[in-house]
Amino acid sequence: MNASTSSSRTAPLRHWWHSGSPGVWLTAGAVSFSLVMVFGLLFLITVRGMGHFWPSDVARLELTGGEAKYALGEIVEEETVSATRLKDNGVAVPDGRESVRRVLLKVGNRNLNGYDFQWFNDLDFGAVSYPRKAVVIERREWGNFYGFVKGIREGDKPLSIEGSPWPEMRKRIARGEALRKDIAHIERDQMGAINYGLERLRLKTRKLELEGVTSGAPLADIAAERDALNARYGKLAEKLAKLNADAGRDVLLLETVNGVASEVRFYDIVRAYRPNAMPLMAKLKHYGAKLGEFVASEPREANTEGGVFPAIFGTVMMVLLMSVFVTPFGVIAAVYLREYAHQGLTTRIIRIAVNNLAGVPSVVYGVFGLGFFVYFVGGAIDQAFYAEALPAPTFGTPGLLWSSLTLALLTVPVVIVSTEEGLSRIPRSIREGSLALGATKAETLWRTVMPMATPAMMTGLILAVARAAGEVAPLMMVGVVKLAPALPLDGNLPFLHLDRKFMHLGFHIFDVGFQSPNVEAARPLVYATSLLLVLIIVTLNLAAITIRNRLREKYNAAET
Amino acid sequence: MIPANRADLSSRERWRLLKDRLFAAVMAVGGISVIVAILLIFFYLLYVVLPLFRDATVKPTASFEQGAAAAIALDEYAQTGFSIAPDGHYQFFKAGDGSVIAGGELLPAGAGKVSAVAAGDPVSHVYVAGTGDGNVGIAQVSFEVKFEGQTRVVTPKLGYPFGEQVQRATPAGDAIRLITGQASDEEATIAVVSAQGKVVLINATRQTSMLDESVSVEVTRTELDVDGSKISQLALDNQQRELYLAGSDGVLSYFDVRNKAKPQLVDRASVIGDAHHITAMSFLSGGISLVIGDDLGNLTQWFPVRDQHNNSQLKRVRRFAPLPAGVTAIAPEYFRKGFLAVDAKGNLGLYHATAERHLTTVASGLDEVAALSMAPRANAAVLASKSGKVALFAIDNPHPEVSFKALWNQIWYENRAHPDYIWQSSSASNDFEPKFSLTPLTFGTLKAAIYSMIFAVPLAVLGAIYTAYFMSAPMRRIVKPSIELMAALPTVILGFLAGLWLAPLVERELLGVLLCIPVVPASTLLFSYLLSRLPQRVKGLIPDGWEALALVPVVIFAIWANFMVGRALEVMFFDGSVTHWLTVNYGIGYDQRNSLVVAIAIGFAVIPTIFSISEDAVFSVPRHLTMGSLALGATPWQTAIKVVLLTASPGIFSGIMIGMGRAVGETMIVLMATGNTPIMDLSLFQGLRALSANIAVEMPESEVGSSHYRVLFLAAMVLFLVTFIVNTMAELVRQRLRKKYSSL
Repeated sequence: MNASTSSSRTAPLRHWWHSGSPGVWLTAGAVSFSLVMVFGLLFLITVRGMGHFWPSDVARLELTGGEAKYALGEIVEEETVSATRLKDNGVAVPDGRESVRRVLLKVGNRNLNGYDFQWFNDLDFGAVSYPRKAVVIERREWGNFYGFVKGIREGDKPLSIEGSPWPEMRKRIARGEALRKDIAHIERDQMGAINYGLERLRLKTRKLELEGVTSGAPLADIAAERDALNARYGKLAEKLAKLNADAGRDVLLLETVNGVASEVRFYDIVRAYRPNAMPLMAKLKHYGAKLGEFVASEPREANTEGGVFPAIFGTVMMVLLMSVFVTPFGVIAAVYLREYAHQGLTTRIIRIAVNNLAGVPSVVYGVFGLGFFVYFVGGAIDQAFYAEALPAPTFGTPGLLWSSLTLALLTVPVVIVSTEEGLSRIPRSIREGSLALGATKAETLWRTVMPMATPAMMTGLILAVARAAGEVAPLMMVGVVKLAPALPLDGNLPFLHLDRKFMHLGFHIFDVGFQSPNVEAARPLVYATSLLLVLIIVTLNLAAITIRNRLREKYNAAET
Repeated sequence: MIPANRADLSSRERWRLLKDRLFAAVMAVGGISVIVAILLIFFYLLYVVLPLFRDATVKPTASFEQGAAAAIALDEYAQTGFSIAPDGHYQFFKAGDGSVIAGGELLPAGAGKVSAVAAGDPVSHVYVAGTGDGNVGIAQVSFEVKFEGQTRVVTPKLGYPFGEQVQRATPAGDAIRLITGQASDEEATIAVVSAQGKVVLINATRQTSMLDESVSVEVTRTELDVDGSKISQLALDNQQRELYLAGSDGVLSYFDVRNKAKPQLVDRASVIGDAHHITAMSFLSGGISLVIGDDLGNLTQWFPVRDQHNNSQLKRVRRFAPLPAGVTAIAPEYFRKGFLAVDAKGNLGLYHATAERHLTTVASGLDEVAALSMAPRANAAVLASKSGKVALFAIDNPHPEVSFKALWNQIWYENRAHPDYIWQSSSASNDFEPKFSLTPLTFGTLKAAIYSMIFAVPLAVLGAIYTAYFMSAPMRRIVKPSIELMAALPTVILGFLAGLWLAPLVERELLGVLLCIPVVPASTLLFSYLLSRLPQRVKGLIPDGWEALALVPVVIFAIWANFMVGRALEVMFFDGSVTHWLTVNYGIGYDQRNSLVVAIAIGFAVIPTIFSISEDAVFSVPRHLTMGSLALGATPWQTAIKVVLLTASPGIFSGIMIGMGRAVGETMIVLMATGNTPIMDLSLFQGLRALSANIAVEMPESEVGSSHYRVLFLAAMVLFLVTFIVNTMAELVRQRLRKKYSSL
């Protein structure tokens, strides 16, 4: 009796088990888990990356113990920790409390505190308020300032502010920005060009010296040119000194939430705003401005603030240059393998080898690039053409050219494989038709086969670019730096400087996220950079997929 | 008209043919050169690595007659030599032809007849001499280098940093039989053994007066409580802390002489069998290891090892390939742990101690070598025989410290309690020996790869089976590219998230994360079972092939629930923190950036690779096989496991191999998500250091052409070969599978 009921109870379970559906659902679970991971990751990057630019409210915590009365800042993180964990860290937790809520506040004012972030346990603070007058000042140095505006000083005399100081402040911030632009123009563009010219003259002199020329007309010319440059430099330096003096004229007087006075030159203010008093539209505008700054301006404060423009520029330059190398060579190799080489064991082996090179770790290519391109080839070039600059290496050191070549080598298998696939998809009838009409093999290839295979080549190139844009390990060895003093493309002859080191988005993520002195402050920026890189790469990949699908449809049509 | 036209045509034809041939030539040259360029990678790596394993060469460069010598040395450029005769007469000579530059007596005339001479640490160029009257003196040689225009002028000089006058060591009449000594800027120490068997330690400390900066030297003299009549060799280390006395009976005594007034015997050891004699003994550079040679030509290395009670004991660390006859002299390199040894028949052997490498042996052509020395740059050696013949050799020995054993086996390094696998390529201190064991790095690489495969393979393979076999076509069109898109995500982003987002999360929610491993699959099964009990109306809401979509919320909920349960369990059973609890109760350390985090991150990176290849393999299993199976009454699941999976297994295997290759070579994730400590520990909660990350970190800083540089190239070559072989195997399996399918 008992046995029969239990068997009838287990019958559905057994039935379910034998139907095989547990297996199906288990495998479905694997897919679901993978999908959750992929989209969760994209979601995480998007939320954190996009959130970085939003002006979050500034909270004021009323502190219960200690000397400071208040703490002011943006709430970055909130979490609940168990009481034991806190006790282990030496925090006195009253008995009976199982867990403690704590908030991470970005308190800023690094010049006063020495730190940007501070944890507060809910034991230590009472009421939280959002004062409308709280102001956030983004500074060029020392990070953000959180506090209140007290006044403005022009030179030595304080300005009387009746009502809101904001119109006056905006005017002066704009003036500071204009000054910054002028100074940057003089320092970077004009003085940079002169320094570049002086360096070239020095090298010219050294070259003449190596050739045995120690006097005569060429040297006199160089001396005259050098004098002219130095004279111009002197003038610029005067102008710069005047601008720098101007920069110190306007000062904003501030006060922290606990009443400590502070001041900042308007020249050093990037922007100032009151997030708690901002309407939605203003916040959106602020968001747009920050986003624009991120994409189009240079990094500040050891890369932890500001934009990533040089990294975008460097990535694009490197990838473009790589495409110039990889496209013709990849296509030629594929055409040779598919159309000219004898199809036998050798080609099969070569094909497998090429295919497998795509799976060789990228760091190996970096090692090869450093040893072969930089030290071997670059060293030889320096000996032959840049002897005057030695012992300072010109091409015998990591740089843009070597990075592009290394990545070209890394991605050439991708282009070869993709192009070969495209060539193999072109129906025989098209080739035979062309040959039957009297075209030579070259004409057939050039006029009919290759144009038809262009989308395949494009796919290969796009995949190669997508891979190259995301590679970091080899670049760390052959040319990427955390902060490049100059872009590889500028107004000085020969405009494109293949020997220069450059910045790269991927390396920027690694460097700012892991080697920056202030990782906590830099983290949102790293998320934003990651998002940018993901967007670039996903777009490129989607483009490749689309092109490939179109291509398939086209040939399916041609075959039928 | 027509002929002209024809001629015109034929010239055009010729041009077309020429173009055709040109095109073919360009393609061939271009194509072959690209392929060659790709192959160049391997050969270039090999070209850089090979010099590591090349034997050293020792070639005679000069030899001349010059009178007997008790000690001999060369300057940095191996151009100027210095020798001291047994009678205390010194001379500087040109290394090329032996012509004397300068000379004199080492000790002042009144000191007595010199009876013993010895050299101190080669780096300091200190020489000591004792007389038949029991006096000792110390002198230092320096080679001043000046540049006159482009030419280098070396001026050798002999100085007396501790005064020219001699010190009394033993009572007058008790001649000094053996001597050794060392000097630093502040102090000098000399140890002597007299003819009557006394062992005496003399220490001179230089003191600069605070008032007038005049220098005074304070001398102490201590007699050791030991019978010196049987002692045949003496050695004092360059830090003046350890004194070794070797008896002709083969017993080595180790004295701690840090306190010069109270030398203490630390250990005694019989270093060779009773029947033999110790015939030569020398410190290696750094002054920690002793190399001892006996009258049978055996060479052994000894150093004191601290046991758990902090007692030092002399241990024989390794023995070297013996020389054919009894060892007569040993000379260390200045900065590396290499040394030269010469035997009674004049065979000159070049060794490296740590790598246990016998680099070469050459016949020197000299009998009874009395003095032997290496040039500071280890590129030359000078030998002097008792009969007064001097011979110079050029040495080419760029990478003695690397051997197969040093790279892969346990090595007993100085100051270590036992042999170990160590990777430590650089250090702040100067007299540091690089340790190049690739074993911990390879271990780290494999650990990361295998743990990540444990995470990735089930997910990818099961997912592939479902996607290819059960999933509905419209959903597959979206799912497959989505998962493949994961492959395109730059690993630097995965590494960043793993290091800065996942690692803290896992540390906080360790229990929840670990719970996910059994609970998430179980939850899908539970959901399936519950669904099967529901009425058909509800079941119909999830059509066949859409299960994966229905499970997404289930999986999300299961993960969230695990975290919640994990937190609650932590508070209830683990004092609020599992990591802390593990450390306190079981001594299991927890690194924030550990192998678990790396496994998840690399697993994430390799899932799409395995998934994509396996999915292709499953999807291309011929339809008639599955149809046949289903028609015979098998359930879809039985068909999937017994027919589809079996047929596609080579393809899945090849996908796993390629995924493994990717995991092995992964660089940025391991670099960012681990602590990069080269430890050998299987713990899931400890970090690791992988070959690839090690290359990325150290390559930019390594000196071109150095052993470190070449060893890093070797590491790259290992990675290259492993991935290349794994990928080739996978590719061959796949091609065979393709052939099989086409025949089915």
